[in-house]
Amino acid sequence: MPWVKTVFKRLAGLALTVLAASVVIFLAVSLAPGDPAQIMLGTSAQPDTLAALRRQLGLDQPLVWQYLHWLGGIVTGDLGRSYTYGTPVATLIGQKLLVTLPLTALATALALAIALPLGVWSADRPNGPVDILGQILSQFGIAIPNFWIGLLLILGLALGTGWFPSGGFEGWDTGPSALLSLILPAIALALPQAAVLTRVTRTAVLDITGQDFIRTARAKGLSRQRALWQHVLPNALVPVVTMLGLQIPFLISGAVLVENVFNLPGIGSLAYQALAQRDLIVVQNTVLLFATLTLVSNALVDLAYLALDPRLRSRS
Amino acid sequence: MFSTLKRALAVSLCLASLTSPALARSGTDVTFVQAVEPQGLDPTSGSPVAAGQVTWENVFEGLVAIDRNGQIQPQLARSWQISEDGLTYRFALQPDVQFHNGTPFSSASAKFTLDRLLSDQSTNGQKALFSAIETVEAPDPQTLVLHLSHPDSDLLYWLGFPAAVMVDPASAASNATQPVGTGPFKVDEWRKGDRVLMSAWDGYWGTKPALSHVTARFIADPQAQSAALQSGQVDIISEFAAPELFDRFTKDARFTTHVGSGEMEVVAGMNNARKPFDDLRVRQALQMSIDRSMLIEAVKSGYGTPIGTHFSPASPYYEDLTGEYPYDPARARQLLAEAGYPDGFAFTFKVPTRSYAQRSAEILQAFFQQIGVTATIEPSTFPATWIQDVFKDSNYDMTIIGHAEPMDIGIYARSPYYFNYHSEAFSAALSAISQARDEAARAAGYHKAQEILAHDLPALFLYSDPKLGVWKAGLTGVWENGPVPANDMTDVRWTSD
Repeated sequence: MPWVKTVFKRLAGLALTVLAASVVIFLAVSLAPGDPAQIMLGTSAQPDTLAALRRQLGLDQPLVWQYLHWLGGIVTGDLGRSYTYGTPVATLIGQKLLVTLPLTALATALALAIALPLGVWSADRPNGPVDILGQILSQFGIAIPNFWIGLLLILGLALGTGWFPSGGFEGWDTGPSALLSLILPAIALALPQAAVLTRVTRTAVLDITGQDFIRTARAKGLSRQRALWQHVLPNALVPVVTMLGLQIPFLISGAVLVENVFNLPGIGSLAYQALAQRDLIVVQNTVLLFATLTLVSNALVDLAYLALDPRLRSRS
Repeated sequence: MFSTLKRALAVSLCLASLTSPALARSGTDVTFVQAVEPQGLDPTSGSPVAAGQVTWENVFEGLVAIDRNGQIQPQLARSWQISEDGLTYRFALQPDVQFHNGTPFSSASAKFTLDRLLSDQSTNGQKALFSAIETVEAPDPQTLVLHLSHPDSDLLYWLGFPAAVMVDPASAASNATQPVGTGPFKVDEWRKGDRVLMSAWDGYWGTKPALSHVTARFIADPQAQSAALQSGQVDIISEFAAPELFDRFTKDARFTTHVGSGEMEVVAGMNNARKPFDDLRVRQALQMSIDRSMLIEAVKSGYGTPIGTHFSPASPYYEDLTGEYPYDPARARQLLAEAGYPDGFAFTFKVPTRSYAQRSAEILQAFFQQIGVTATIEPSTFPATWIQDVFKDSNYDMTIIGHAEPMDIGIYARSPYYFNYHSEAFSAALSAISQARDEAARAAGYHKAQEILAHDLPALFLYSDPKLGVWKAGLTGVWENGPVPANDMTDVRWTSD
């Protein structure tokens, strides 16, 4: 089975890229201006206090040692301890993912729920009223930044109706009502994504519908609906999945802004705050996580090709 | 663009609030907002301001406390005596006080706390304030004795600060995440990036607070703070950072507002070691080119007090010295010519990425232009880049920053410090304050020090930030002024439905 080898090669490449990314991230973060100890102690601290804190944080060690220490920690599951919070970074990231993962999952589901039917409908009846309206809306969706949509949602839905909180997160222990806090941010995050996916779906469906094998199938008596579901959609999914994978980095960077607008304690807010306060160990780990997610999503897109397109499997 | 768009929405946010549901609430819970989340909840390590804003007085207590009027009050020390020569402080401690973990508070814990603060391993950002303490003795469980190497008339005041709260030896190391104090509230949970949940503690030695639960919410953006208050999610913003939104609240019967005096002085610090800022006439010219009232109107919607030296009106020793160099562009141009710059000069203005600083810098740039001085604004990410570039490396011409620590006039005598200002007269005035044996001598010393700074202008003195407080109608006991950056909830209660 040659495709197993392909998968294996892809994974090995992925591991090496993540390692290279870790070096770049570590250097970029360590060499950025701003001494974490000075930032933590503020402007009144004396040199001996600074030195004591630097010792305590391990910042007095050589860079190579610090890097290897970090890498060794990642392998053994110890991501270090946040300078600012004093808690293990792994726990911190875990807590934040409990907000960010549901948020991005909700946003992606919402984006797909809007984009797939709208894209297929538009392609099925090109230049019809739904298609034209869909194109206008998706143009808006692509042009408007998600944090702006978030601010409009706060204004219109949170403050206007009082149905949704304007920001913050009550915590999952308050039960399903916590989900309310995620709905507006998920909409803000989903709309630009839905706009892009609608266009990609529409183009892909139109493209496949016009191809010879569909025309042949239709000539042989296959109904329009069955041709769409059995032949057009499975093929059209390849570019849609590609786009979905490529959007992961945008989803992450979007989450940073949207979480800040809605004051959600997610991983985006954590990274943003850690960078401002030079909580280097948290910055390193979150940025590496973002990089890994991007690389993994790219790898998954490749693997999804293999699953969706039998021709690629046989070629490899 | 982000902030401009947000500012554009600010007014609309307020309009929308008029249609939102009624917010009146009764009960025993209160949620307050602060902009900066602390880096650990232990005010005795790191930079204590944000940690103190959550835990000071609520969770941790000191030997003495600074009250809402800025006066020193007994707390875990119920009385004290200071020797004639000012070198020995003898405290009588409160009996029957316990920490939240059940450990009794005694002179041993007090000695541990101060020794830890002063040790070589100390990571207390305010350690320098306590350097006069030479040794700490605990002759019996209820007595604590401090021996000083030199008199320091400010010491008692500093002991009331968040940086000097009393900690228990057994839990000191974990106070950053699980604080254990002697205060009326204990910390139940810290949801990082979001809030700290506190509840009333049964074993409290003093007057029990009216509230049973207190929540600290961390919301950095003033518009988001405003939205949270309007939608009823929070009850108190004691330092509201958007003066342009403040008027709306003053007209809304659902809220109580108060313009209190704060401790923050906004100054444009100059590198006194660099040309042309090493020339007093240049600094005077720059100061005289600024109309402080107009600056406050433009930057803070008129909320603020012009200052002529590094003291805020909140201080008991405050003296209005704005008359020393009043707004007079013609005289400013003359001074520049005398200093050898008849056609002005150009410099780089490193401005931290904080909205008050950015806005102030833009207005100052226009004022300087009137006397032929060109300022090129260069944004500097705060805190990281600014602290490295301006504060540590002194690699700057002019910057602008708010100094929030109360009574921090001593920074001008520090060397190295980013102003690079040296004045023997000023150091002598500070030393006279330390040596002061009575209140009159202390006040005289502070006045002298203020006057020297007002004349020498190591920084351009701009304005003192007011403490803009907004809270729900029906709440009483919230601190209206800010002698210490704090959210003291011990006297807060709901009075009506």
